[in-house]
Amino acid sequence: MGSITLQGVRKVFGDVEVIPGADLQIENGEFVVFVGPSGCGKSTLLRLIAGLEDVTSGRVLIDGRDVTQAPPARRGLAMVFQSYALYPHMTVRKNISFPLRMAGMDAAEQARRVDHAAGILNLTPYLDRRPGQLSGGQRQRVAIGRAIVREPSAFLFDEPLSNLDAALRVNMRVEISELHNKLKTTMVYVTHDQVEAMTMADKIVVLRAGRVEQVGSPLDLYRSPANRFVAGFIGSPNMNFIEGEAAARMGAHAIGVRPEHWNLSTTDGAFAGRVGVAEHLGSDTFLHVDLDGGTHVIARAAGEIPVDHGDRIWLTPQDGRIYRFGADGLAA
Amino acid sequence: MARKVSTTRKAVMTALAWGIAIVIFFPILWTILTSFKTEADAIASPPRFLDFDWTLQSYAEVQSRSNYFSHFLNSVIIALGSTAVGLLVAIPAAWSMAFQPARRTRDVLMWMLSTKMMPAVGVLIPIYILFQRFGLLDSRVGVLVVLMLINLPIIVWMLYTYFREIPAEILEAARMDGARLWDEIRHVLAPMAVPGIASTALLNVILAWNEAFWTLNLTTANAAPLTTFIAGYSSPEGLFYAKLSAASTMAIAPILILGWFSQKQLVRGLTFGAVK
Ligand SMILES: Nc1ncnc2c1ncn2[C@@H]1O[C@H](COP(=O)(O)OP(=O)(O)O)[C@@H](O)[C@H]1O
Ligand SMILES: [Mg+2]
Repeated sequence: MGSITLQGVRKVFGDVEVIPGADLQIENGEFVVFVGPSGCGKSTLLRLIAGLEDVTSGRVLIDGRDVTQAPPARRGLAMVFQSYALYPHMTVRKNISFPLRMAGMDAAEQARRVDHAAGILNLTPYLDRRPGQLSGGQRQRVAIGRAIVREPSAFLFDEPLSNLDAALRVNMRVEISELHNKLKTTMVYVTHDQVEAMTMADKIVVLRAGRVEQVGSPLDLYRSPANRFVAGFIGSPNMNFIEGEAAARMGAHAIGVRPEHWNLSTTDGAFAGRVGVAEHLGSDTFLHVDLDGGTHVIARAAGEIPVDHGDRIWLTPQDGRIYRFGADGLAA
Repeated sequence: MARKVSTTRKAVMTALAWGIAIVIFFPILWTILTSFKTEADAIASPPRFLDFDWTLQSYAEVQSRSNYFSHFLNSVIIALGSTAVGLLVAIPAAWSMAFQPARRTRDVLMWMLSTKMMPAVGVLIPIYILFQRFGLLDSRVGVLVVLMLINLPIIVWMLYTYFREIPAEILEAARMDGARLWDEIRHVLAPMAVPGIASTALLNVILAWNEAFWTLNLTTANAAPLTTFIAGYSSPEGLFYAKLSAASTMAIAPILILGWFSQKQLVRGLTFGAVK
């Protein structure tokens, strides 16, 4: 089991209110991603769940049990840190078995669990090495192994991939998703990378300045963002926003169109502009366009498009793919 | 081409480094050589480098005139004692400053260090009078306490920098893994802190062993360490270079040997944990 409930959780550091009050329900077995810009309070929220920080007010419940006052070890959660936080003086085997030794488990059971976890994570050949002798990806796997052996009711990940290079990051992303499919244990995963959020999550929690902006499945957030912040944060490249007269004509303060939702034409359309940078990737073409009104937008077209720097171009939003926002930033 | 230039450069740098090292080491080498000469050879002009009559005569005289071992014992007691007591005070202090910093922690650290910038002679009279009043003059306990206090800022600073290198996340990981405070200290903190504590202790032993200002001013006979022992051979009855050299060699030998066998920790200690 591993459902987590936050009720009015508030956190103040000194005189700075980092989390003004969060309510959240995480179901057993879900893969939940906290996403938001750097410094928005993702780690703080995760650490409040872990018990590494004390809540200023509010309650944290795990499987319906109030753990607000319980120390980290009593919450049955395992955490994987951004820096891996391995014990540098212990071998991989000792690192992975550390939580089991702390729990006073007998040696045979310890060895069985460590071997099992090492098998899942391809760490068997490295069990007698120290963390210093491992690559970044291997260290990350050791940190995950140390979390797995405890058979926790939920895993907490704090930006676990941000110290890895791009290629490895994609691999580990898939590995963690596969691990979730295999274990079916609740995972709470923090990242500032919306691609990680979109690809891994069952449920995304978008945070801004400590506030929960929106909660939903990746496609929910993509299709119906609650406000301009979420609309701009989810999707890559970011949504284009057009304000002023053009937006007013559509009865909104601002309208949003995703780069992949433009129809392109070299003769006519809703918005005229000139192509700045044209990025030809083969599979896609990204056009940076300066509209005549002065707004800069990005358009993405599938395949190869014979358009280059300096060309005139007309952009028309696809039917039903225009997002309208009021002056308060909320979706209209 | 570029490679060749850098090789030449390397050779020049190496030669320069050796040159400087020899210049710095030469007085020590000369002292050691002189200690094996007769008094006549010691002042011979031109000086004789290796082709003199090697003799242990000066050592024998020094040993018969003053009791080397009692001074040696005092040095050991003062150096090890002040280090042990210093660590006892400094470990918890540096610990709390590194892991539970308060608003003024950095100021306190700076203030502690600033006391090292004051000339020691400025507080000689008050401390001397205090020692007199409390009957601590020429006592091992007195010197031990003074040396402990003199070096305390350095010990605290060094330990603080070492402890700060221990990432807080590792301690948090241990907490998540179910370690209680004692497990955390025993299995995680202590093993990671021991190398830092060892280098700090080593450096402090050396500093205390070599300390001359306070030991010369506060001891005469009973508590006199090796620094006082050497000083006794310098001026009053005219200079006897060979005996002075023998005394100096006997005084520095133990610490030189200790330093030789612990070079690695020492370099780590002297760089204040900046180089890993
Ligand atoms: N221990 C702390 N003391 C004071 N401020 C903190 C502390 N931890 C985090 N903060 C502040 O809280 C805010 C959120 O931090 P964090 O949760 O780490 O953000 P994120 O993980 O989303 O990048 C930041 O402004 C940060 O400076
Ligand atoms: Mg963070």
